[in-house]
Amino acid sequence: MKPQSLFDKLWARHVVVAETADAPAVLYIDLHLIHEVTSPQAFTALAERGLKVRRPDLTIATLDHSTPTLPADSAGRLPYGSKEAEQQVAALIDNCAAHGVTLFGIGDPRRGIVHVIGPELGLTQPGKTIVCGDSHTSTHGAFGALAFGIGTTEVGHVLATQCVMQRKPKSMRISFTGRAPAGVSAKDMALAMIAQIGADGGQGYAIEYAGEAISALSMEARMTLCNMSIEAGARSGMIAPDETTFAWLKGRDNSPKGAAFEAAVAEWRALATEEGADFDREATIDATKLSPMITFGISPDAAAPVDGIAPAARNENERHAADYMRFNAGRPFAEAQVNRVFIGSCTNSRLEDLRLAATVMRGRKVKAGVVALIVPGSEAVKRDAEAENLHRVFIDAGAQWREPGCSMCIAMNGDEGAPGDLVVSTSNRNFIGRQGKGVRTVLASPATAAASAIEGRIADPRPYLEKTDAV
Amino acid sequence: MPFEPFSTLTSRTVVLAQENIDTDQIIPARFLTTTVRGGLGKAAFYDWRFDESGRPKNSSVFNGVNPATHQVLVAGSNFGCGSSREHAPWALADFGFRVVISSDIADIFKSNALKNGLLPVTVDVATHRKLLASPGAEVTVDLERETVTMSDGATTPFRIEAFARRCLLGGVDPLGALLNHLPAIESYEASRA
Repeated sequence: MKPQSLFDKLWARHVVVAETADAPAVLYIDLHLIHEVTSPQAFTALAERGLKVRRPDLTIATLDHSTPTLPADSAGRLPYGSKEAEQQVAALIDNCAAHGVTLFGIGDPRRGIVHVIGPELGLTQPGKTIVCGDSHTSTHGAFGALAFGIGTTEVGHVLATQCVMQRKPKSMRISFTGRAPAGVSAKDMALAMIAQIGADGGQGYAIEYAGEAISALSMEARMTLCNMSIEAGARSGMIAPDETTFAWLKGRDNSPKGAAFEAAVAEWRALATEEGADFDREATIDATKLSPMITFGISPDAAAPVDGIAPAARNENERHAADYMRFNAGRPFAEAQVNRVFIGSCTNSRLEDLRLAATVMRGRKVKAGVVALIVPGSEAVKRDAEAENLHRVFIDAGAQWREPGCSMCIAMNGDEGAPGDLVVSTSNRNFIGRQGKGVRTVLASPATAAASAIEGRIADPRPYLEKTDAV
Repeated sequence: MPFEPFSTLTSRTVVLAQENIDTDQIIPARFLTTTVRGGLGKAAFYDWRFDESGRPKNSSVFNGVNPATHQVLVAGSNFGCGSSREHAPWALADFGFRVVISSDIADIFKSNALKNGLLPVTVDVATHRKLLASPGAEVTVDLERETVTMSDGATTPFRIEAFARRCLLGGVDPLGALLNHLPAIESYEASRA
């Protein structure tokens, strides 16, 4: 038999009806994650046909996108950004109750950003197919799962049938050779990768990340990298499960236990891409040459080393971006004054990210005039961070320590920058207006964001990390 | 969710030449707190069309656009990148667009558009360049034949996935087809149990 890739195996195992010239494959979904923003119209579509959620046991709901990150007032009322946001939350609560779907609602210790809680609860496992009405579902591929974002119509399809109809995408392997230098995180690897292949370089492909620098990554770092696959245009990104994966999953709430865990590990191990497997496209990145990265434009592929110089625009599209971002061409990025820093999002809000930010901020102060928001990815991350007193580090530095949620990544809960603000953000999109009208977003790692908060300008994190082995 | 079937359309173009127009541009996140799919046309490209105080921007290419006569959006490459929000094709369709043409359309947007009667057409770079250079041009988009014809008679082929094409021609949500597979889905589940 022809050698198979991880992706080939994941796909083949979930085909219910094979694709033909006339119709896509019917693909089975093992885990369906839903949230308040992209699900209400899907439940309405179900109701219109008189259908129920077919497998509530494979469906998990959380509240994250439009929920406030400020605590409830003395009367227990949450400061929702709008009446509509509150109604949307109420709709998910009602829909879950009506269909018997487990919801991690406000006050639930398991609540958090959908792509943070799936893994931390052990719901995300190697070999699974996972979908969510959210493009960053690619995050779960870090575990050797086939995970991709879908639209609301497809959310309805999965609720009704536990399947989607899709043609098999092409495959691309991106190999990171060598080890990344100290001070270079998975976020930097992701931005370098997107800069190399382009914001549409992964369109039509399922990406597998491989190579020495990938094997060396922690699970949190792998999630950061797979999360950003969609910013290169690929719906899914994945990494073969290995000892790092198994150790991370052991003992999680929904992980198999005892002998069942050992049996699962044996199966998971067999998922890895075989020697000689075909890919439609291959790309290689020399990890030893990488630096901490930032973005300077309005698309995630406009990325460059943090210690670099703002480039001159070469065409109409770049001029449009440069006019919006207002970096001085030919001058160091480090001269750009920062108004706001956001550390959070499904890309970089896990315990490891917060530890890294705290390493930089410990014993230092956020520059006067800079607003720094630290938003943990989940209630569990918040608890763990507080158990390590990381929140004290942030609060003592003058940063704000918030409640879990998507917050300023999508800026639909009231957390946003002011027009003209330059925001260094650990999120995933630097699109015009993404973090508030007129806000200029610079994407970066948690270490770079923290260093920029301290210096009040775009800052290289490496001097802050020299005496540690944090990265 | 049924929609108006698509067979052939002759209409004028609106051109947005910029590359990488993401779904946050098509509909900003603050409009996503809705629980219904209708009425989002007013939010389409909101921040491109209106200033801080909600007045139409003088510079907007949408000024003077009649949604009844300008139903074809021609955009720069990698159109619809970013968020998976289906609100993007909902907003464009509700605004009045029936076709989006680019050299390159993002995967999730394309998938969402096909399920809402909005035809995502990918054409070769030369045709794309010609369309970008002629805003307001009249084009005929024929889904049956899978061709775009410009007013000078130049005809370019495009491809739409066979099943999605049938659904568009018939104005049907693919959920019906998926529900017909329920016996196969049940035996798949039984085989894994």
